[in-house]
Parts: sequence; structure tokens; C-alpha cells
Amino acid sequence: MMDLLSQAGVLFSSAIRIAIPIVYGAMACMICELSGIVNIGVEGMMLAGSFGGVLASYLTGSAWIGLLFAMAFAMVFALLHGILTIRFKTGHIISGLGINLLASGITTLLLVSIWNNRGKSDAVAGLGTVQLTFLKNIPFIGEAFGNLSPLFFLMVLLIIGFWILLYKTVWGLRLRTVGESPKTADSAGINVTKMQYTAVLLCGALAGIGGAYLSIGDIGLFARDMVAGRGYIAMAVNIFGGWNPLGVLCGGMVFGIAQSTQFRLQGDNFPVQIVQMLPYLLTILVLILVKNRARGPSAAGKSFDRAEV
Amino acid sequence: MLSLCGGFPFRRTNGARGLTVNYLEMRGITKSFGSVMANNRVDLTVRCGEIHSLLGENGAGKTTLMRILYGMIKPDSGEIYIKGRKVNFRNPQDALRHGIGMVHQHFMLSDTMTVAENITLGSEPRRGFFYDREKAIREVEELSKKYSFRVDPRAKIETLSVGTKQRVEIMKALYRKSDLIILDEPTAVLTTNEVQELFKVLRELRDDGKTIIIITHKLKEIMQISDRVTIMRNGEYICTKDTCSTNPQELAEMMVGRKVNLTVEKSTGIPEDAPVLFELRNAVYRENKTEHLSGVSLKLHAGEILGICGVEGNGQTQLIEVITGIRPLTEGEIVVKGQTVVNCSPRKMVELGIGHIPEDRGTRGLVKELTIRDNIVIGYQKRKAFSRKGILNTKYLNEYSRDVAEKFSIKADSISSPISSLSGGNQQKVIIGRVLSQDPDIIIAAQPTRGVDIGSIEYIHEKLLEMKKAGKAILLISADLDEIRKLSDNIAVIYNGKIMAQGRNTDFDEQQLGLLMTGYRNQEDKHG
Amino acid sequence: MDNAKHKALTILIKAGKQLVLPLISIVLVFIVSSVILLFSGHSPISAYGAMISGAFGDMGKIADTLGTATPLILTGLAVAIAMKGGAVNIGCEGQLYAGAMAATITGIFVKGLPAVLHIPLCLLAAMVAGGLWASFAGWLKVRLQTSEVIVTIMLNYIAIYLTDYIVTYWIKAEGMVVKTPNVLDSALLMKLYPHSRLTIGFIIAVVITVLLYWMLKKTVFGFELQAMGYNRAAAETGGVNLNKCFMAAMLLSGALAGLAGAVEVLGVHKYFIKGFSPGYGYDGLSIAVLGQNTPIGVAVSAVLFGALRSGATMMDRATNIPGDFVVILQALIILFVATPGIVMELRRQGRILFMRGKDGKQA
Repeated sequence: MMDLLSQAGVLFSSAIRIAIPIVYGAMACMICELSGIVNIGVEGMMLAGSFGGVLASYLTGSAWIGLLFAMAFAMVFALLHGILTIRFKTGHIISGLGINLLASGITTLLLVSIWNNRGKSDAVAGLGTVQLTFLKNIPFIGEAFGNLSPLFFLMVLLIIGFWILLYKTVWGLRLRTVGESPKTADSAGINVTKMQYTAVLLCGALAGIGGAYLSIGDIGLFARDMVAGRGYIAMAVNIFGGWNPLGVLCGGMVFGIAQSTQFRLQGDNFPVQIVQMLPYLLTILVLILVKNRARGPSAAGKSFDRAEV
Repeated sequence: MLSLCGGFPFRRTNGARGLTVNYLEMRGITKSFGSVMANNRVDLTVRCGEIHSLLGENGAGKTTLMRILYGMIKPDSGEIYIKGRKVNFRNPQDALRHGIGMVHQHFMLSDTMTVAENITLGSEPRRGFFYDREKAIREVEELSKKYSFRVDPRAKIETLSVGTKQRVEIMKALYRKSDLIILDEPTAVLTTNEVQELFKVLRELRDDGKTIIIITHKLKEIMQISDRVTIMRNGEYICTKDTCSTNPQELAEMMVGRKVNLTVEKSTGIPEDAPVLFELRNAVYRENKTEHLSGVSLKLHAGEILGICGVEGNGQTQLIEVITGIRPLTEGEIVVKGQTVVNCSPRKMVELGIGHIPEDRGTRGLVKELTIRDNIVIGYQKRKAFSRKGILNTKYLNEYSRDVAEKFSIKADSISSPISSLSGGNQQKVIIGRVLSQDPDIIIAAQPTRGVDIGSIEYIHEKLLEMKKAGKAILLISADLDEIRKLSDNIAVIYNGKIMAQGRNTDFDEQQLGLLMTGYRNQEDKHG
Repeated sequence: MDNAKHKALTILIKAGKQLVLPLISIVLVFIVSSVILLFSGHSPISAYGAMISGAFGDMGKIADTLGTATPLILTGLAVAIAMKGGAVNIGCEGQLYAGAMAATITGIFVKGLPAVLHIPLCLLAAMVAGGLWASFAGWLKVRLQTSEVIVTIMLNYIAIYLTDYIVTYWIKAEGMVVKTPNVLDSALLMKLYPHSRLTIGFIIAVVITVLLYWMLKKTVFGFELQAMGYNRAAAETGGVNLNKCFMAAMLLSGALAGLAGAVEVLGVHKYFIKGFSPGYGYDGLSIAVLGQNTPIGVAVSAVLFGALRSGATMMDRATNIPGDFVVILQALIILFVATPGIVMELRRQGRILFMRGKDGKQA
């Protein structure tokens, strides 16, 4: 019995580790789209975060500075997306795809320039894990939560924080109105542009943290295109979670549990390609399950133009 | 009776006279959008505590002027004075802070949020960063009671009726303590009863010292509610008159710039033995657990114009969609020229001889990125003359389109110009030309003159009467009661997806129709 | 005679106006990317010099450029056709892999056919495979309103791993390299220039470009497709069967991408090897945007991108800049072309600057 709980705990811990970057990515997507800006570029922003984290950690020796720089670097791309969609009314999807390509190209270029290696960077100082030794002897809880990245705990705080922000504060009410009906918000005197830029930058910061987890929070180095589609999976998880922080957390965990269970069940003899396919198949499955329920902010994807009203 | 306005007491009798201070003065306002001059040195003076109407046709520039006042648009030149002090609004927030509130024609409401949230948006009651939901609800309730608005602060906007939504819009302005309230075409979506209720509220507001501007093109209502009226035409200021010293005929002439025939033509009726070309039997349409049509039955005879009147949102759109094949009937039958039709699709209905003039030319009627020619062809691209085995006969299409443009007086440089280069009236003529040139037996005309200048309106009405004389069956759906009265042989009133009454045009009077449109079936209900 | 001249002039002016935006965008792109290069410690001049000589240095290189452009024309058309119908197909890479695999299998296992039959059969198989791969996403969109953007991206990864699996476990050739055996000679596409990538695949791509141009202008399907892309509600009212039309658009799009995979395998490599596409499918997106979704525009843009890729390989060898730099160029192209606002803003600023300079005072 104990052994079973123990194994379940290990599984859960692995699920959490899979879920972390996806939940951050989904939160990023969520906050951006709630303001009406569709963001396919989360993939690229996360990649920027992964790279930024490693670069700063490499230069300063501190992973925490790496984390800050990861957020900043991702926010640069986010700002670009914001400027293109808000100021210049570019199509949201095209802008997002362009951002992804740009991030991929720039990070690879810099990877080669700095470390002279086309595949990966040198190893750098990582964020490490938070050892909760007092939990060690509790079955399941010990295995599940005893040895996790600090970014996990930050994630939980952020989920709660965003939930309060979105549903209990004035700012949250205004943001949601901007995404639902920007002309309503505008005619009430709310600065739609400012709110959208704020949301886009928050999105960048969150995506940056998610990307940073993959590099300095996990394997301690940067590999080209290491986000490997997680940004898109995060988008699907956001849809699954109904653009709601708690829903996003659930969706991310469901995804994590499903994937870690599958890994466990496959064992070693299973062809590696099938295992590699799983997260993407799973995502399609998730989207199929959600189908018509997927109802995002009504004005997401449309550029706001006062004169057009 | 004394009232206060900006601290200056003045006596009010019938209309706002006496020692008046002008609440608002707009001088020399000019604004162009590209090559179109929406406002050309327009002046407007509104006195304190009066109800002032701004009258003009579609495209006269009234909405632009008010948007400038509300800070949504910046004028190219001109000045605005509020109570004698010059102001410069950079955005709606500035205008709001100066006490100006606007109730837009197309509601600025967030559907998924509650009444209280919508009303308090922008000046929310708060405790620090947090939204004080209870206080918001309380304050909205108080406001609602003060002017007898009767709205539930907790209700979500998407569940409300159109009339209630409008009251929410007005409350938005009041919550912000506006002294000047601008209403843009407020009665366009209301039943006769709701219009009277609105006027009652407006009079209460005026008695309370508020100043009101109403943008409208409805002459009868201007006579009923306003103290003074300003007329605009083609972006220019024409004149301002006291309502009691003018009449609808004079207003119409100033609005259009020439003599206008306001009298209603009596239709000539339908021949006795006219065949039934189209029949709808017990049509039911359900979507997403809502029943939009509940057992509608109609018959269209050759040479008949059947007018469906009713306030928008009572099932007209769904009725059009099932008849034209865009949506399938949930229950019921469609019979065209004696044959029951199954598996309706837009293509099939067109082949059966049904022509569709859509109610919203922007969304369903035209593809604005395409040329005039393409918009004349669309809907009929599979017709034998236009294409063979999937290949378009472009030479013939060009000839045909040029013919149609000529026949229907569509003013355009060439049929290869984009349709967006045409005016609203000409765009509507493209649709009418498209449909009528294909010689349909049955015509579904939905809001055919919406957003169209008076000249084109007259033209479109003429064409419809021509079709009637040629033996076509026409179903006319319109929110404009006057249009229905002018053109129809028979009238049916639709309310909540049901036909409340059906009969000859001459059997109904205005009051009856107004009541039926709000759901009253009996004379007795009125008093009940 | 005058009339014909006038007509020709009108067309030229129209084409010219359409070219302004992409041309200015390309100039801007080169400026921005030069900055990026300098910032990361490289010389833009040597980079672009290497690129240009790599792409057009001699006949062999030109042939290689056109050969590289061949799959790009097809994936560009694939994305453009989908866009015309309002569908966003990001899945060309996966559809390309699906098509390549189908062509390979048909090329290896269907024996005894002369080339004149075998090649079309292989190409057809590729189109069917690519078309089906895309229509899965299309079907989900039509039935469940699922975003085809995410689904097609997911299908890319799935296709790549799936074909990898097939090669590794089912049809692997002898030896260390993970590839299939060669396809039969009867399935090979003839080269148009010795020792280059240029095959009759290029002719096929050009022919298809012309066919698509004709289709859009002159057929009912083309008419309905574009109407649907611009305004679904109006198309619906105009008798277009939206579901059928959308599926057809995705099918056609996928088929074109599948064909791209086939011409690569049958023309250039002769076998299917894991990772044979350096992102041709994704390039299709940039090419379609630059070509403004028109067949001719796409074809020209594809040649430009072919030049970029060819040149990039040379640049890679000559300088130390990885070929991935091309990705940055592509991203910038997409962003600039898709944002006419930037060019317009620059023109406005330029005008103000110009006027200020003239009067010496504020405009």
C-alpha cells in the first residue's frame, strides 16, 4: 500500500514537472487573450525566456538573475507583438507566427555566436529545487512535493493572485471588459490601449518564466528550439481551462498527469517516436473534448479602432 | 415652476425659455474622413434644460457631430463651449468629466457582464484595489428606483430585452452624473409603447434639470418630445426651429432639400384568383435550446406584398433564414409552387425561384472586397448562363453586369470597381439589381431601405411595386412601420417567434399594430 | 491599338502598386537584419555577398536555387490557397512529410510500371496523403469549430515522428543511416541540369502555379472560395456550401504540400530520410505572406526564398553564420509585409520630415 502511494507520488511529481511550463504558457496566453489580443507567439516568447535565463546565468553565475533576464527578454518579444497588433493592426495570428520564427532564429544565431555550438549551450547554474525535508516521510505527499522547483510554488501563488486580480479587483473587471467589448470600455473612459499593452507585457513575463523553467529550472542549459511546441500546447490548455486561472491549472495538471502516466506505462521497449508523439496527440484530444465549449473573450482577435465604431 | 441649471434660476413654461444660459455651443465644427466632408462648419446651440432634436438623413453628419462632442473624434477645426467655457475633449473620459453622457445607437454594453458592472464601469465603487460589488449593486438599485427604470442590477446584459438594454445605457450616463445626455437614434429599436415610456423618462430627466440632445430622423417623434430642433443636411447646418412653430412637412423638406411626398399610397390589392406561390406551414426553429420560431404559418400569393412587421429580434432573422435555406427548419414544411421542399439550402431555394434581399448588406448581402460585377453575380454563379461545368463565362458576366448597372441606375465608374466605392444607396441597388434581374417568382425583401438615402428609398419602393404588378409574390420584412403600411397588401405581426395577427393592411390601425408588436393579442389586454 | 496599350499600362501600374509594399518591406528587412548581424558580431556585407554568390554565382548555382525553390513554390501555394478560403494551414510541414512518405512507398513497392505512369502515380499518392492529413484538421474545424491553427501545428509534430517511426521500424534501408531504400528508377524525376537540385519538379510547380491562377479567376470553385474567404455570411447567402468549400480548400492545400514532399524525395534525394525538410513547410507561410496570397506573387517569392536558402548554405560555409539566419529574415519579412501600417507610417514620417526640411519649420 505504502509502495503504491509512493509510486503515485513519484508519478505526480513527474506530472507537476511536465505541467509547470505549460501552465505558465497557458497563463500567459490567458492574460493576453482576455484583453483581446490573440497570441500564437507564446511559443517564441517561452523560447526567448529559456535562452535569456541561460545567457544571464552564464554571464553572472546567478540563476535568479537569469530568471529576471528571461522575463525581460521574453517581454521584448511580447512588446513587439503588442506594437504590431495594437498600434499597427497586424493580423494577430500572423504576428504571433512571425514572433515565433524571429525568436527561433535569433536564439539559434546567438547560441552559435556565444557558445560555438549549433545544438546546445554550455551548462549553467540552475535554480535548483526546494527540498521540503519535513515532508519526506509522508507517503505520496513526500514524493510529490518534496523536491520541486521554486517556480512551482511561484506558479501556485500566481494562479491565486491572478484569480483575485481578474475577478475581485477593478483592474480585472476592466481588463475583461476590454476583451469582451473594447468599445464599451472605451466609451466608459478606460484606456484600452494601455490595458492591452499591460496585458501583453504580463503575458511576456509569464511566458519568460515558463521558458526559463525548461532551461535553468530543469536541465540547466539551452538547446535550440527546446520549447518543442509546448507553447502551442499551452494555448490548447488555456482553451480547455476556459480562460480562467483555476481552469488553466486544472488543464495543465490533467495534461501532466496524462503524459506522465503514459510514459510510465510505456516502459523502455516502446518505440521512442510513439512516446514523442503523445503530447501532441493528447493536445488534439483535449481540443476535441472541449469543442463548442471553447468560448473566449468576444473581441479577441479584432483590432480596436475608435473611428470604426 | 422654477428649475436650476448651472446655478442660474429661470422660469420654465412650455419649452425652455426665459433667462436662458446656453449649455452647449459648438461653433464652426469641420471634420473630413478622406474625401468625405462629414461636418462642414457646423454650429449648434443647445439651451439649458431643454430637449433638443438633431434631425437629418442618414449621412447628414449628426452622429459625427455628436461623436466629436463626446470626445470620440477630433474635429479638424471649430470650437466647443460648455456653459460659456471653452473645452477641448481628447477622449470620452474628458467629456464624461465635464458632465456629458452619450447613449449610443448601437449599445456599448458587455454582454457577458452584469447590469451593475456595465453601469459602474469606469467609475467603479472600490475598496482599495478591490471592486465593491455590493455597493455597486446598491447604487444601481437606487438609481433605478429614482427614475423608475426597473432593471435588475445582477442580470447579465445578454438576457435583457432591447428596451431594457437601452435603459441601462441611459443609466450609465446618469450614474456618471451627466448633465447633458445625448441619445443617438434611441427609438430605432423600440415598440410604440417603449417609445412612450422612454419619452416619459426623458421628460422626468428634463424636469430634474438635465439637458437632452436626441439624434433622430423620425419626424413624428420630434414633434412629440422636443422643445427645439436643429436640421442638418449633407454635413451642413441648415437651421434651428422651435418645435411648436413648425410641422413634419416643413421639417422633411428642410431635411431633404426639396419637396417630399409624405402621404401614404394605398396599395391596389391582389386579384381574387391569384395562385399561392409560397407557403410556410407550422414552422418551428430551435437553436441552442432557444425556440426562435414557434409555429409560423404564411401564404404568399402571386402579385401580393405581405408585410411582416415587428420589433427587431422577434424571430424575423430566423424566419428569413429558414425560408431562404440558410438554416434548416426544426419542424414544419416549406411549399414552393405546390411542391414540398426538403433539404433546403440557399442554392436550392434560388433555383426554385426565390430571390433574397438580405437584411444586412454588410454581413450577408455583399462581399466588400470584391468588385461590383462579382457582387452582381454572387448567389447565381452556378446558373447555366453564367458558368458551364464549373468554368465562369467571364465575357458574358461582364456584359450582364453592365446591363444590370444601367437598368438599376447604379452610379459607378466601372463594374470592375470595388463595391466599397459605392454609397449605401447604390450598394443596396446592386443587391436589388442582382436579385430582380434573375426574374425570381418569390422575393424576400428584408429591411430593403435600411441606411439608404431618400432618393434611393423611393426608387426601391417603386421597383417592389413594379414586381408586385408583374405577378411576383413579395415578403417584406421591415422594422419601419410606415414602409410596411405604404407597400403591403396584407400585414402579419411577429412577436416572440409567433404571428400575433394577420390580415389586410386596411384592417389594422397604427395603435393596434403597435400593441400587437409588443405582444398584446386582445384589446382587453391593454387595460388589464 | 491604343486600347490595348492603355490596358497593358493599367495592369503594369496595378502590379507596380502591389509590389511597392513587398519591395519596401524587403529593404526594411535587410536593414533590420544587418543590424542584428552586426549586433551578434558578424559582417552584413560578407554575409549577403556570400548569399548572393551562393544563389546566383554560376549556372549550377542558379539551377540549385530554382531546384530549392520548387518545393517552396508548392508549399507557398498551399498556404496561399488555404488563406484565400479563410483557412489558416500551418501544417504544411507535416503534410509535406506525409506526401513524401506516400511517394516513397509508392516508388519502392509498386513495381513494373514505366516512368510515365509510375511518376504520376507517386505524385498522386503524395497529394492524397497530404490532402488527407490536412483534411483531418479541416474536418475538426467544420464539425467542432476547433482551431485549425493549433491542430495543424500538432499534426506537424505527429507526422514527423510517425514517418520517423515508419522508416525506423518498417522500411529501413541497410546500414547506419536512418533512411528508406532508394525508390525505383521509374519513379525518379529527371534532372534539368546535371548535378543540381533542378528537376522536372520545377516545371510541375510552375504549371500548377498557372493552373491555380486560372482557377481563382475563371472557375466557380475559385469564385466561391474567395467569397468564403472574404465574407462567410455573404458566401453562405450566395449559395456556397461553406463546409464543403472549406474542406476542399484544406484538401487542396494539403495536396499541394504533399506534392512538395514528393518532388523533394523523387527528385533530389531518391529516398526518404528523417529530417529531409529544413522547414519547407514553414517557409510556405512566409512565402504566401510575401506573395500576398496570389499564385504569381507566391511563385516569385518562392524563388527569392530559394535564393535565400541556397545562398545561406554558401554563407554558412564561407562565414560563421549558421543557415538559421534565414529564419530571421523570413520572420522579418512576414512581420513587415503583414503590417502595411509600418510602411505607411514611415511614408508619413518621411513626408513630415521632408516638409520640415523644405520650410525649415514645423510641418
